[in-house]
Amino acid sequence: MQTSNMVYDVTVIGGGVVGGAIAKDLSQYDLNCVLVEAKADIGAGTSKANTAIWHTGFDAKTGSLEQKLLKRGYERLTDFVKEAGIPHEKTGAVLIAWNEDQYKSLNAILKKAHANGVTDVHLLTVEEIYELEPHVNKGALGGLMVPREYIICPFTVPLAYASQAVINGIDLKLNFPIETIAKSEDVYTLAGAGGEIRSRYVINAAGLNSDVIDALFGFDRFHVTPRRGELIVFDKLTRPLVNHVLLPIPTAITKGVLVSPTVFGNIMLGPTAEDLQDKEMTNTSEEGLKFLWKKGEGIISQLLDEEVTSTYAGLRAATEHSDYQIYSHPEKNYICVGGIRSTGLSSSLGIAEYVMGLLREAGVKLKEKDNFKTIKMPYIGQKDKRPYQTDELIKQNADYGRIVCHCERVTLAEIKNALHSPVPAKTLEGLRRRTRCMQGRCQGFHCSADIYEIFEKETGIVPMEASDAQA
Amino acid sequence: MLKLNTDVLIIGAGPAGLAAALQLSESGVEDVIVVDRDKRGGGVPQLCNHLGFGVRDRHRVFSGPAYAKSYIKKIEKTGVKLLTETTVTELVDKKTVSITTPEGIKTIAAKAILLATGCRERPRTARLIPGYRPQGIYNTGSLQDFVHGFGRKVGNTAVIVGAELVSYSAIHTLHKGGCAVKLMTTEYDDHQIYAPYTPYKWWSADLLTKIPLEKNTVVSDIYGKKRVGGVELTNLKTGKKKKVDCDTLVLTGDWIPDHEIARSWGIKLDKKTKGPAVDGQFRTSKEGVFAAGNVLRGAEPGDIAAIEGKYAAMAVVSYLKTAEWRNSIVKIEVDDPLQWISPNVLETNGDKVLMNRFLFRVNDFVKDRALVIRQEENILFKKAFKKIGPNYSKEIRGDWVKKVSSTGNIKVTLD
Repeated sequence: MQTSNMVYDVTVIGGGVVGGAIAKDLSQYDLNCVLVEAKADIGAGTSKANTAIWHTGFDAKTGSLEQKLLKRGYERLTDFVKEAGIPHEKTGAVLIAWNEDQYKSLNAILKKAHANGVTDVHLLTVEEIYELEPHVNKGALGGLMVPREYIICPFTVPLAYASQAVINGIDLKLNFPIETIAKSEDVYTLAGAGGEIRSRYVINAAGLNSDVIDALFGFDRFHVTPRRGELIVFDKLTRPLVNHVLLPIPTAITKGVLVSPTVFGNIMLGPTAEDLQDKEMTNTSEEGLKFLWKKGEGIISQLLDEEVTSTYAGLRAATEHSDYQIYSHPEKNYICVGGIRSTGLSSSLGIAEYVMGLLREAGVKLKEKDNFKTIKMPYIGQKDKRPYQTDELIKQNADYGRIVCHCERVTLAEIKNALHSPVPAKTLEGLRRRTRCMQGRCQGFHCSADIYEIFEKETGIVPMEASDAQA
Repeated sequence: MLKLNTDVLIIGAGPAGLAAALQLSESGVEDVIVVDRDKRGGGVPQLCNHLGFGVRDRHRVFSGPAYAKSYIKKIEKTGVKLLTETTVTELVDKKTVSITTPEGIKTIAAKAILLATGCRERPRTARLIPGYRPQGIYNTGSLQDFVHGFGRKVGNTAVIVGAELVSYSAIHTLHKGGCAVKLMTTEYDDHQIYAPYTPYKWWSADLLTKIPLEKNTVVSDIYGKKRVGGVELTNLKTGKKKKVDCDTLVLTGDWIPDHEIARSWGIKLDKKTKGPAVDGQFRTSKEGVFAAGNVLRGAEPGDIAAIEGKYAAMAVVSYLKTAEWRNSIVKIEVDDPLQWISPNVLETNGDKVLMNRFLFRVNDFVKDRALVIRQEENILFKKAFKKIGPNYSKEIRGDWVKKVSSTGNIKVTLD
């Protein structure tokens, strides 16, 4: 039971993929912990809007903390996606050189990949490229294959982390921004618009705001510049056009954009990279979309004849440093996990394990619980069977046979489940992310009115008044 | 798994599908199944709570919901099976489909299939309108569902994108939902309401609500994180931008056929209509599979879709008797400013264009032009048009198809 005098052992600030992973790992120990998130849902910041690729870390800076944690994160995530039923597909990635500069850099990328322990990366001939990807434009000069890159559902990952943490006893506080931090007698008081909590140890995984939280502890060592990435998602009917993640080859002049299948069966084009000041500026722009269109034409022009399903933008937590900003301060009972730029999804479980080590070193007693529970998430990918395709499930509950969202074939039962799960959707956006409803080609033309009705009936929340964005 | 057998499976219980089912029943086809993914049959007109339905096919004026209901009533008097809450999920064999229903997964094996899956309006994302993704953005379809279907309040001040027939229907719906319309935008030089619908425009926009129309204008940005806070308009001719406050944005028109079933079954689409390419007998590229109504090219009024459904049913009846399918075809291609033509392929071995008419659209206002249909150098058809505008289908007769030879695609131009 929670009382006003209660002091948590550990508070994790930030319910994104990194904070979620840390909370999940903490929940296996006999500790009293809380995960606080400023927004109305977990994973509602950077974690929800990214390129949804699970990287091997083949191109990370060799020897960096990022590379080390990516490697370990990759290993741990491989087990977790199976255990938790997270949609993923091992498509592999292909890097195509379209010009001399890119072609010349292939060997360096290959060498780095091998140095990073991703030893199955190999060169591709032009013939091999067109065999693997027959629909890309003519004119490829050569390429590289990274066989173990995956595509993954970016939102089910943090949702699974947070859900497993919650079913194992971690408190989750949403709409709980931390604005002030005070300390007396070894106990921190963290306060903000959502209320006040007290805690002995604090872990800062606040993503875009990790620098702001770090400053509340008296540090000035990194600054987050939100780097906007805009993306265009094409209709599911385009899925046969692309087989692998088509990664760009970065050159001195440009980073380039990628073309990738998604686990939902779409094709995605993006991202742009634009440094901003406003940490909430998740709008798409005319220039950004035009830029992507042009880039897409240069890679796979026939994709652009197809229907666009969605456009969106996300913000990466970029800092002035190239590596992660992870610091432990045992004297302050504080760990900072900042500057996790764009690889957080892939490295999250590596980071979490590393943070557990830092806690242990700092003298926090990590005693494993006896009854640590695993989690199984609803499957929303396209590779395996979904509920609408499962006769036994429909026979048990007819609502699995009632398709509400036709484009994504989301059933009434799945929507109800998402509204009553361990970490339930409390906004329409949250429901969209959990189930895919209204995320398809008609974007709610057919089903949005129905879904508003179901949402209100099941939750008692007026959907028009519930939103991720703060008013 | 339960297996159903039928002579004809109709996918979609809107005007085209229901009219086809009635015709089949009248022609003595005993086993007809109509499936619809919605809870009720009747299709889009169910939510179009205004008059104007049924003139061409039923020779009287209905409201949308009354029109839908009257078709359902007629169907109930026949032996046609109407299965609602039923989604066709995949083609498992030549003419056997898998369906998901609240009772479980079943298959339906048919001798012939008619696709009558209709169309939808393109959403904001497909139109590549940049900006935030707040609440308060609708298509006419979802707007009608909110207001007429559930009696929900949608907002206080709206901007409507589009100035064609459906856009004026959106005015009506917003009016009914207590939402004022600030202005309408169109990328064209003028609105796209033509006789006989002109009085509708006077009534809905000019007299009743006095709504200004921003011509040659597009929405170029959407503001507001939680709720629409306004939009940016860009004038395509002057490049001038301005901000307009509103809390609701309704994107009308810009139709795309619901062609997903057709395409995922490997049926060839027409590049221009984006619907299945059909000949004069509504036959697609897949033997035994027909298509009719708005899946062919986007929205026509319900009665036009219904009449197409009826004629398609006649073609189905003759296929059930003869098992004859199209052999070799020629494509009918169009060039700008022609947007599309339908039907858009012809059986070279003497196609019967059952309705003896072709529909076409243009993508801009054009004056004093002649529509010319050629095969190689031969002129098969020519007709002068004084003025044609976008977002409205014109009709030409189909007698010229007798002159079509077996080689060389057919080209349609506006000279």
